[in-house]
Amino acid sequence: MTRGQTIAAQGLARRARWRAPEIVFWVLAFAALLLPPGKHLLLNEVAILALFALSLDLILGYAGIISLGHAAFFGAGAYAAGLFCKLVTPDPLAGLVVGIAAGALLGLLTSFLVLRGSDLTRLMVTLGVALVLHEVANALPQWTGGADGLQGMVVGPLLGRFDFDLYGRTAYAYSLATLFVLFLLARCIVNSPFGLSLMAIRRNSLRASALGVPVNRRLVAVYTLAAAYAGAAGALLAQTTAYVSLEVLEFQRSADVLLALIIGGAGWLYGGLAGAIVFKILQDTLASNAPQFWMFWMGLFLVVLALVGRERLSGGMRGLLARVARR
Amino acid sequence: MNAALETHGLAKRFGGIVATNDVTFRLERGARQALIGPNGAGKTTFVNLLTGVLTPSTGRVVLAGEDITRLRPEARVRRGLVRTFQINQLFGDLTPLETIALAVDERLGLGRDWRRRVGAVDAVSAEVEQVAERFGLLDVLDRRTDTLPYGKQRLLEIAAAFACAPQVLLLDEPAAGVPEAERRDILDAIAALPADVSVLLIEHDMDLVFSFARRISVLVDGGLLVEGEPEAIAADSRVRAVYLGERIDG
Amino acid sequence: MATILFDGVAYGMLLFVLACGLAVTLGLMNFVNLAHGAFAMAGGYATVLLMDRAGWPFLACLPAAFIVAAAIGLVLERTLYRHMYGRSPLDQVLFSIGLVFMAVALTDYLLGSSQRNIMLPDWLQGRREILGVNVGIYRSFLIVLCGALAIGLQAGLMRTRFGSRLRAAVDDARVARGLGIPVATVFAATFAVGSGLAGLGGALGVELLGLDPYFPLKFMIYFLIVVTVGGTSGVMGPFVASLLLGIADVAGKYYLSSALGGFVIYVVLIVVLALRPNGLFARAR
Repeated sequence: MTRGQTIAAQGLARRARWRAPEIVFWVLAFAALLLPPGKHLLLNEVAILALFALSLDLILGYAGIISLGHAAFFGAGAYAAGLFCKLVTPDPLAGLVVGIAAGALLGLLTSFLVLRGSDLTRLMVTLGVALVLHEVANALPQWTGGADGLQGMVVGPLLGRFDFDLYGRTAYAYSLATLFVLFLLARCIVNSPFGLSLMAIRRNSLRASALGVPVNRRLVAVYTLAAAYAGAAGALLAQTTAYVSLEVLEFQRSADVLLALIIGGAGWLYGGLAGAIVFKILQDTLASNAPQFWMFWMGLFLVVLALVGRERLSGGMRGLLARVARR
Repeated sequence: MNAALETHGLAKRFGGIVATNDVTFRLERGARQALIGPNGAGKTTFVNLLTGVLTPSTGRVVLAGEDITRLRPEARVRRGLVRTFQINQLFGDLTPLETIALAVDERLGLGRDWRRRVGAVDAVSAEVEQVAERFGLLDVLDRRTDTLPYGKQRLLEIAAAFACAPQVLLLDEPAAGVPEAERRDILDAIAALPADVSVLLIEHDMDLVFSFARRISVLVDGGLLVEGEPEAIAADSRVRAVYLGERIDG
Repeated sequence: MATILFDGVAYGMLLFVLACGLAVTLGLMNFVNLAHGAFAMAGGYATVLLMDRAGWPFLACLPAAFIVAAAIGLVLERTLYRHMYGRSPLDQVLFSIGLVFMAVALTDYLLGSSQRNIMLPDWLQGRREILGVNVGIYRSFLIVLCGALAIGLQAGLMRTRFGSRLRAAVDDARVARGLGIPVATVFAATFAVGSGLAGLGGALGVELLGLDPYFPLKFMIYFLIVVTVGGTSGVMGPFVASLLLGIADVAGKYYLSSALGGFVIYVVLIVVLALRPNGLFARAR
């Protein structure tokens, strides 16, 4: 420790330290690349949903903005990446950047709508934005393919070398790497003064502004950031499946990501990741029988969860991890 | 020389109700002033007008010669007009360390920094520690705020405001609800505030008011009834009538 | 032009009956109930099944739809909803989305996923010329029936003892309890009536809106728009909002392409909320 290291500095440094379970988590995630072919398509979906849930966590868990229309940014990223691939260049990384930019731009434009009003107003506005986009995409079949979806994407090899194969190993590697990089960035951000000010805003925005936090500017910034993340997730889905349908903008997608985040617990970065894993595994097992079953169980889960209380579930999960970490 | 804080003809109407009525008020530099008034006198509205939570219907708020009537709350804080809250408005699951660091970061303009972690700047953590020490919070820095004894929470309330480097500090009932045993710490902390910080104490507790204030303003029905030195206020028949009247009602 | 206006009004009136229960639970009781459409669906399916399988006449099905939906609403309120009052909006959202999903899945499983229709009685079919405007008879029927309901509701809320009790209970449940008002009973009754009206709306709407298991999701946004745009000042705000929404939707789909027309109402919603976050007819606070 250098000179001038105070109690405060040490205490603050502790917040951002890497813990063993985190490292294990990422090692396992990357080790899954070595699995025999067969599960990588599912893992790719998990990684994309995890990124999407991470994005929602940034605004819901950290800044306290409720959204029922987060699919708007996912869809914007997906269509942007898809069209870019068809019209400009098949290079996936360039398309990813375009998807991120599309999400961010839409996020910035609509962020001003979520600044004012109650939670209910925010629910309605976010829902409304997603529905508008859905209608627009539906009404412009010459661009989006309408109800048939955007077809005929031929995605080029990753880094000019790795083709996207049928088994999804390249796809998973690509999505996981993107998730990892964006996760590192998110981790850096939530541990920064910027991230701390978001946490303060979520808890009590009046008090935060009384300590000098420019609440609206921070909310615009994080909403744009989260939209960029969602755009990235959408771009990944478009590129790894070489297809974009109206489904990317549907209410169901906004509800799914909310559910995934709630399963894992909002307000800590691994909530979205853990939730995405559980959600996709459950969906894969239950929905393979009949879609109605899946929907029924998901609904039942939500009802029970809400009645019992989210805090107990996510608190339990976090407590479990904390106990493991202390060992 | 400019006053630390002034208002000119400040008024706020909600529909037909006049909550603040043409208040022209002056807080000198380095003042130790108290704002008192019976319940419903409009103290909270007045504070909200000063800090920018509410916009006045007419009138101006002037901080050190600068008109701040149209500024947002956080911009006023950056210019040195800081308040504490009467009922607990702290961030329950953050630690005092984080709360104070937040205020220091924002003051230094580091609040938008997303690259470095909190506390990576030595100047920040050093100042956080100084503030914590000043308010006797060193031993609880790492605990969740909502698990602290109430007296410590009230101290943190003042410490966080202090970390914003106030020119003018509005203390809204700083000792309300604090058990007798912890009360002394808060009074000491207030007494030890630097002389160049102008303090306006909004308070019910007359013992605290008369032990602290060198000047007292009395707010009744949204308007300033009288201002003056404590002895004069204590002797003022109108003030006595207002407070006696309140006692009979209450 | 006049015909479009007429159709829009009829559509808006129907939306009002569907959504007015939500105006009370969401607008007055502050409960974000995304599952409101499920009660409408229950009323719709009750009508379809009674007409198809039991051969009931359409008019007899309407009160039945009300009763079925109200009964479901009452049971759910007593067993589940009452635990969720006063919880955070996010919890209420999760809870009610969960209910929607279960309702959709169960309906799909039990009754199949296909679109259901009903045969209206002859005297409600067809169109007629009234004052130079070509109007549908069923739509006229809707306007008369729903208009009467709206007036009755407004009067009921403002003039009756129950209405004043409800408003007291909503304003401050603790004080109301202190005054001897049975708050829980008032809430339960209100919820049941609101659900029943949704059920009635669902029955009336089968002809215009169609009916399938995804009905609660498809029309959720319409109900929410009515309430959020209409504000929380009573039933008149939502009533006006319903009419505006109905007219905007019908006109939008007529004058623009049917695809683009769909988005007119959402844009209206966003603009209204951006300008007046508490709704067009918000109570001054």
